[in-house]
Amino acid sequence: MKRFFDTELETFRSNLVLMGEIAVRQVRQAIEAMVNADLSLAEQVAAADDELDQLEIKIDEEAIRYMSLRSPVATELRLVIVGMKASHDLERVGDEATNIVRRVARLSSEPPLKSYEDLPRMAAMAVEMLRDALDCFLRVDAEKALAVCQRDKDVDEINRALYQELTGYMIENPKTTNRALELMFISKSVERIADHASNIAEEMIYLANGEDVRHTEATRNPDAS
Amino acid sequence: MDPAIRISPESVAPADEALARQDASLIDVAGLEFHYGKIKALDGVTMKIPEKQVTALIGPSGCGKSTLLRCFNRMNDLIENAHLTGGRVKIHGVDIYGSDVDVMELRKRVGMVFQKTNPFPNSVYENITFGLQLQGVKDKTKLDEVVERSLRAAALWGEVKDRLHESGLSLSGGQQQRLCIARAIAVEPEIILMDEPCSALDPVATARVEELIHQLKKKYTIVIVTHNMQQAARCSDRTAFLYLGKLIEYADTRTMFIKPSDSQTEAYVSGRFG
Repeated sequence: MKRFFDTELETFRSNLVLMGEIAVRQVRQAIEAMVNADLSLAEQVAAADDELDQLEIKIDEEAIRYMSLRSPVATELRLVIVGMKASHDLERVGDEATNIVRRVARLSSEPPLKSYEDLPRMAAMAVEMLRDALDCFLRVDAEKALAVCQRDKDVDEINRALYQELTGYMIENPKTTNRALELMFISKSVERIADHASNIAEEMIYLANGEDVRHTEATRNPDAS
Repeated sequence: MDPAIRISPESVAPADEALARQDASLIDVAGLEFHYGKIKALDGVTMKIPEKQVTALIGPSGCGKSTLLRCFNRMNDLIENAHLTGGRVKIHGVDIYGSDVDVMELRKRVGMVFQKTNPFPNSVYENITFGLQLQGVKDKTKLDEVVERSLRAAALWGEVKDRLHESGLSLSGGQQQRLCIARAIAVEPEIILMDEPCSALDPVATARVEELIHQLKKKYTIVIVTHNMQQAARCSDRTAFLYLGKLIEYADTRTMFIKPSDSQTEAYVSGRFG
């Protein structure tokens, strides 16, 4: 039986999907701006952050309205709760993209410290996690979502390796300290983006089967699931 | 009364006693089938209702939830052409449809509160003491004690203590329903059955009855039929969803309203059908 307010949930879903698309675009463009030292693109990324902020507020408003007036239960309840949480994660992804482009602007005044290989690779992994987590929202796929969570440690490893490498630059040549630190922070931002993708994937598992897998071994270790 | 047919813990058969201890279930329904003439109202219902908890029965009109409720104190016996045609209901391990069960004693142990408030057209005091007087209790002190205890338990004492000899019908709808609950409590039942007890009440009176249900479960086992999903969610520990006479899903209320297993339950609690 279709209810007169079913379209409200459709709008809610659409807004979350839109937020996800914007967040993915922001991260891709931020890394592109870094690799190409494209300050114009960097500015574009920073300016677009407001879109995500406004969508987060809108999703919260819609969720509160729906909970107050429609008393959702079961799948609908989980959708509204998960939608609110995922929108906060996506807003934070946007913030991290903005952090990256701010550092790109600072890096642009000096020659590149090293060729950008690991960071774009790591960012591509984080973006893929984000895309897959959002795909799990559309398909309500808990199995795929769990696999997203388990990929987070790969991004963490690259971040750790980059930290070691950049620390080496600073020890060897203190003049590289500023650039190395900026790159460390960019690496940390990418690592945080992967964390948010992992959070969203955990939320999608809850949406799919009501199971709360946060802080469990299953999200870290494929053998435990 | 013959001790063998008392509905009391002492009469629990050893095997069932172990089972009852294991899951603390008080009412044990197995393969229950019930007919109104040729119409099957209950179709193989099996469930265990735990003691000192609130169990809600939900489902669309005609699904059999009120029939199931009335099976627990054999109120269906009073309906012409209505028959239990299969299965059993045990309370404390005793089959309450056994030929040696004293139905009056059963109904004393299993009280009932109806959808429509139905105080007797007598005083508040007499409404409470009616059951005891039927049992031959005449001691005024004892009756006074029961009246106060029952009205306090029903959270009504403060409102009616100076109106005990006024007609029960002079009370508001919400007060009348709590009076009916007090009347059910007066004979010290173990189980209270409630058939849509708040459907005729305003939100404030409903909240009072729901608060009362929450208090009463410390002492009584409560089974409530409700069409109000939010009431089932607020008041009950376990929820059973019935549809077309079958028990579709029965689980703790949290599960039923957050992650039901059955798609029909999901559709019903979400208001998509029924």
